[in-house]
Amino acid sequence: MIRLSHVDKAYPNGALALKDVSFRVGKGEFVFLTGHSGAGKSTIMKLLFAEQRPSSGEVRVSGYDVSTLRADEIPRLRRRLGVVFQDFRLLEDRTAAENIAFALEVTGARGDTIAARVMRVLTQVGLAARSRAYPRELSGGEQQRVAIARALVNDPAILIADEPTGNLDERATRGVFQLLRDINAGGTVVVMATHDLDLVRQANYRTIEMRDGGVVYDSAEDEANEAQAGEAP
Amino acid sequence: MKLLTREALLSFRRAPLLSALSITTIAFSLFTLGLFGLVAINLRAALRGLEERVEIVAFVLRGTPAETITLATEDIAAFPEVQDVQYITEAQALGRARRELVEFRDAYRDLQVNPLPASIEVRLQEGYRDAASVERVAQRLRGFSFINDVRFGREWVQKLDHLRNVTGIVGLVIGLAFAAVAVVIIGVTIRLTLLQRAREISIMRLVGATNWFIRGPFLLEGALKGLLGGLLSLLLCYGGYLLFRDRTGGAFAGLIFFQTFQMVGIVVFGVMLGLGGSLVSVGRHLRHV
Repeated sequence: MIRLSHVDKAYPNGALALKDVSFRVGKGEFVFLTGHSGAGKSTIMKLLFAEQRPSSGEVRVSGYDVSTLRADEIPRLRRRLGVVFQDFRLLEDRTAAENIAFALEVTGARGDTIAARVMRVLTQVGLAARSRAYPRELSGGEQQRVAIARALVNDPAILIADEPTGNLDERATRGVFQLLRDINAGGTVVVMATHDLDLVRQANYRTIEMRDGGVVYDSAEDEANEAQAGEAP
Repeated sequence: MKLLTREALLSFRRAPLLSALSITTIAFSLFTLGLFGLVAINLRAALRGLEERVEIVAFVLRGTPAETITLATEDIAAFPEVQDVQYITEAQALGRARRELVEFRDAYRDLQVNPLPASIEVRLQEGYRDAASVERVAQRLRGFSFINDVRFGREWVQKLDHLRNVTGIVGLVIGLAFAAVAVVIIGVTIRLTLLQRAREISIMRLVGATNWFIRGPFLLEGALKGLLGGLLSLLLCYGGYLLFRDRTGGAFAGLIFFQTFQMVGIVVFGVMLGLGGSLVSVGRHLRHV
């Protein structure tokens, strides 16, 4: 589903945000991307939804080659992804339902199907009763659930979540994380950048750790090595 | 499509003052173009009338026998360029002068001797009313021994023609200057809307709206402003036209207004100005939001 090979990303001033990053994410996986601020997590996220392009190397997402993607193909890639941010990015002057419907309207969904699809995802994130609430009337956790519902409404194959619990208290964090696990259980690939190590320890998911723009640890490789080591003698 | 129209119309509510300003600038730009256009089409209409009346007048020497003139008239009528020939006797010339030149009526009434010469008036066929043909026919008329002098109004017809061209060019230049201002103002309005809606646009991008989908409402907004500006300018032009025609006490009662295709042209030009302004602005600023 996702493949990065030898990806470099240089800032305009020449400094490297990413150095020779390679990893793959297969079908149905849940992957944590961890590391301190500035380690390169967000840059990887931005490469995944083609907000940025690699300076060199290859980034393939859901069959699209981000390095060579034409500008008019970017919307097509994004319709196959769901993206969630720390700051929710909801429109303040629209209700929860309208925020989700907006994502369908702007991608040209058929008008008569929109209401039903919006209710379906709102139910999925447990907010069916709050569909007419404006973002300011919702708690942080609820706002993030609306954002997740918006990300899900186009039935994405991959959900990219950049610090989705960064602004939430512990209880809301648990709720949102459980929601992401449920989504993953339904077959959607989830890539979640976080520096909440408690969360990472809580679940036994693959973890890729970044430092100074490079991958310093990948639990999948670790397991592979251990498996190899176990077979060796 | 519903969304597109809704978003475009919303922008008028979001920035009513700027929207009004853009529409007014377009309207004034087209109003200027339109006024000069009106002068130009009216001059052209007047010139067309004059061209039909292009006459060559050959003055006949006093004492030329009537038979000579009759024969010559037949000769001249056989020229390929000539539509008809009329012989005006001295008496007819005086009668006409008294009739037409009201201001000199008294002077002509008291005359003892008729000072006006007889003349042969020649009207040319359509297609031969250009300067070269007129000059050719005039040359041939001078060849008759009894012809004293040949005159034709070509020169001031050409002057009027020149005036019409100058009017057209001046109107075009001023109108285009206004048009440029209109494009800039529309661009600024669109840019403000873009900044106002940067968050919305970034979310549209994120969920996979195409660039054209994002641009659509802005382009429609510009086109609508152009349309309204164009219509307003026509209204202004018509008002100006009526005012001028009626205040000048009938001297310009025959003034004409634009024909339908010309009005459509003005409105279409307005739409293009609006569309152009928003295209440039959206193209330049959409990248940065």
